[in-house]
Amino acid sequence: MGKYILKRLFLSVIIFFFVMLIVYALIRGLPSSFVENVARAKSQMPGSKSYDEWLKQLNAMYGLDKGIFAGYLSWLGQFFTGNFGDSWKYTVPVIQKFNEVVWISFIMGVITMVLELLISIPLGIIAATKQYSKTDYAISILALTFISLPTFFFIALLQLVFSVKLGWFEPFGLVGRYYSQMDGWHQFLDKAYHLVLPIVTLVIISIGGLMRYTRTNMLEVLNADYIRTARAKGVSEHKVIYYHAFRNTLIPLVTIVGGSLPGLFSGALFTETMFKINGIGYISYQCMIEGDIPFSMFYLAFLSILTLLGNLIADILYAVVDPRVRLA
Amino acid sequence: MSDNMENKTNTTPNEEIENENNQTQYSLNDDRRVKVLSPGAMVAKRFFRNRIAVVGLCILAFMFIFSFVGGLITPYKEDQKFQRIEIQNKEFAGVKENDDLKYLDAEGIERGRLNAEIGKKIRDKLADDSSDSASTTLKHNGVVYRITKEGTDFYTITDIKENKVIGIEYKDIISNSKDNSDFSYDFKFNALKAYSNQLSSFTADGKNYALADDGSIMVGDEEIGFISRYQINTVHADVFLSRAFKDELLVELEKAETDKSIDSFSFTDENGEKSIYTLEYKPATDEWIIYKGTPTNVFDTYSFPTKDHWLGTDRNGMDMLTRLMYGGRVSLVIGFIVEAIATILGIIMGGLAGYFGKWVDQLIMRIVDIFYCIPSTPLLIIIGAVMDANSTPNRLRMIFLMLILGFLGWPGMARLIRGQILSLREQEFMTATEAGGISVSRRIFKHLVPNVIPQIIVSVTMGVGGTIITEASLSFLGLGVRFPFASWGNIINDVNRFYVLTNYWFIWIPAGILLLLTVLAFNLVGDGLRDAFDPKMKR
Repeated sequence: MGKYILKRLFLSVIIFFFVMLIVYALIRGLPSSFVENVARAKSQMPGSKSYDEWLKQLNAMYGLDKGIFAGYLSWLGQFFTGNFGDSWKYTVPVIQKFNEVVWISFIMGVITMVLELLISIPLGIIAATKQYSKTDYAISILALTFISLPTFFFIALLQLVFSVKLGWFEPFGLVGRYYSQMDGWHQFLDKAYHLVLPIVTLVIISIGGLMRYTRTNMLEVLNADYIRTARAKGVSEHKVIYYHAFRNTLIPLVTIVGGSLPGLFSGALFTETMFKINGIGYISYQCMIEGDIPFSMFYLAFLSILTLLGNLIADILYAVVDPRVRLA
Repeated sequence: MSDNMENKTNTTPNEEIENENNQTQYSLNDDRRVKVLSPGAMVAKRFFRNRIAVVGLCILAFMFIFSFVGGLITPYKEDQKFQRIEIQNKEFAGVKENDDLKYLDAEGIERGRLNAEIGKKIRDKLADDSSDSASTTLKHNGVVYRITKEGTDFYTITDIKENKVIGIEYKDIISNSKDNSDFSYDFKFNALKAYSNQLSSFTADGKNYALADDGSIMVGDEEIGFISRYQINTVHADVFLSRAFKDELLVELEKAETDKSIDSFSFTDENGEKSIYTLEYKPATDEWIIYKGTPTNVFDTYSFPTKDHWLGTDRNGMDMLTRLMYGGRVSLVIGFIVEAIATILGIIMGGLAGYFGKWVDQLIMRIVDIFYCIPSTPLLIIIGAVMDANSTPNRLRMIFLMLILGFLGWPGMARLIRGQILSLREQEFMTATEAGGISVSRRIFKHLVPNVIPQIIVSVTMGVGGTIITEASLSFLGLGVRFPFASWGNIINDVNRFYVLTNYWFIWIPAGILLLLTVLAFNLVGDGLRDAFDPKMKR
């Protein structure tokens, strides 16, 4: 097991190296107007060096004067020594800005995941146990509809119905107008109130997939020989489903949920952008389109690590949960 | 489609009967006669029994007709902008009944002899002088003037010392009927004198003119000017007000003065142009302001659904329904091309990895791992921003988008095919091909890959739906398909303006519903196909 994990970790590092190389090559194509702006501002200070000299110096400082591969290697070196640089857009250290915005995304992610599990697993099991019934069709179609929903369109609909027409929620923002005058408890309530629509969005668009996954797996388990044996033994249907079958369905579910745990930190780009919540999704989107290379590189590296970590966790959990699986 | 199926079941026995008649030695046994459906027909039969999948297929058929045929039928072009005529009220003229004496320097007199100061004195003098005497005198700055009444509200001012007429004071206004040019002093003097004394003709500058009761000044039958107590001034120096318009205006004003509900009238000028004029009374200056409604061509933006535009028009004044049709084309074409690229790459890579195994498999699978790990949405956003920075032309952008999405999509397909082939290549029929000495490429692509086709079809069907959503999302962010090309995503993009979200449902809701239905239909059909291909399925 330990040897397997080590091997996987080594492989992950190699994959990370190539992924970030591709990303870095692309990011270097972004216009570095930031450097030019800074150079211009600095050259206009009294007694300063010329614009060209500043530009040269700044490019050297950010490693933009080197070729792509050499620049990448120097970035990688900086990254692994924990030096992530300063965000060009926000003019604070990348890690500080990241720390400011990642937690709201994480909270949203956790709440969403809990609700997602509570809703989609029971519905998936019901659909599987009543296969080809009206309930099954209803749940299946609902799941497919949720999968097919374009996030941005669904958010716009929610905003129209619940904010504009009914006036129950505010269409944008994380805090209300009087947030600064509230005490702690009311500030918390205010934030929770503003998070209702975003979380509804995230739950709706994510439950479809898990619902179908649960149903498929449950169906597979229900067709297995040991379930037939259990039924033949005269075990009650309730016990067959919720004891024998459900526990076996949990195996792939635990794997997939465990694998998606790191993803809680990755943020929700469309939801945060359209609800104007300063989470990691929204901020990184801003940085990417405005050519903030240090922040974008850090975010993409972070995402890659999350993905690799997720895969690793899923594989390990698979072996841990299912005694039939041996890792080699 | 079910008719087709029945036909098939019906024709097969007939053929067999024919066979029986012709070549009895090949007659089929009863046990073979029962088996009437080919595997393909079985799949089709299972698929069409699935009502939900058929609904999905119908939606897809509708979308294809809507996008590809609709674009041909619609009378409008993809980027045809429509205009509407909007009445913009602009201040046009002012009308005032002239109560004040106006003054005019006589010919040959230096300008300014009669000025506001002296004019006021004259007015005061005349107001004080209630007697209707023919003349009175006035002293100003040491000069004595004689004011002679020449007619009703018409006076001449004479400098007594020089014994010279230096100007006139009058209330009636002479207007030129033809253009804005002014008449000579002599003409004005004589015309006003005649008018204020209600004479029917006068002579000025050696010519004879007739003067009608309504104030028209005629030369023969031609009206060259008219006299009226109303002063009508245009705001624009280059606008000439015709007599007919002035008469009409005065009639309307009189009506408006008595009836408060009248506040506008329409007038057709000599060129046949009809305009709406709005009247407004300004109590402070006792003046009427006339606003001319000028029809201005503006782009017909955000107009609500009408008979001409069933779904209204968008921000640029383009027909929404037509945009939706072309948008559907773009979405579907991109979806299919991207999936085609991804599938071809995936089949080749997956086929090679699965068949050869060992280091080939290792290499390809590690590449697949790398692709899986690439955060695709952020990457696409960055590529979009890079294309922005290089101001890539919009058509090229669309092609790049397809290539990139296709290139990012192949690892999934490769993994699927590799997995299938790994299990297939151990089976007997593959040993047979090897024994038969068939070439490797034929073995892979003629014997292995066709056995994976069911999985490929299902994966492609669902993949097209996914690609359409990805494309729409990018276009929504403004990083995918760009104006002037329509895409459902960039149509919905307008919802980012909050007033569109709240006021103009017809801009974004139809596009969103079409997008949702299309993706849903692809998923339903894919699901139906998966069940139909699955031999383990109960029905």
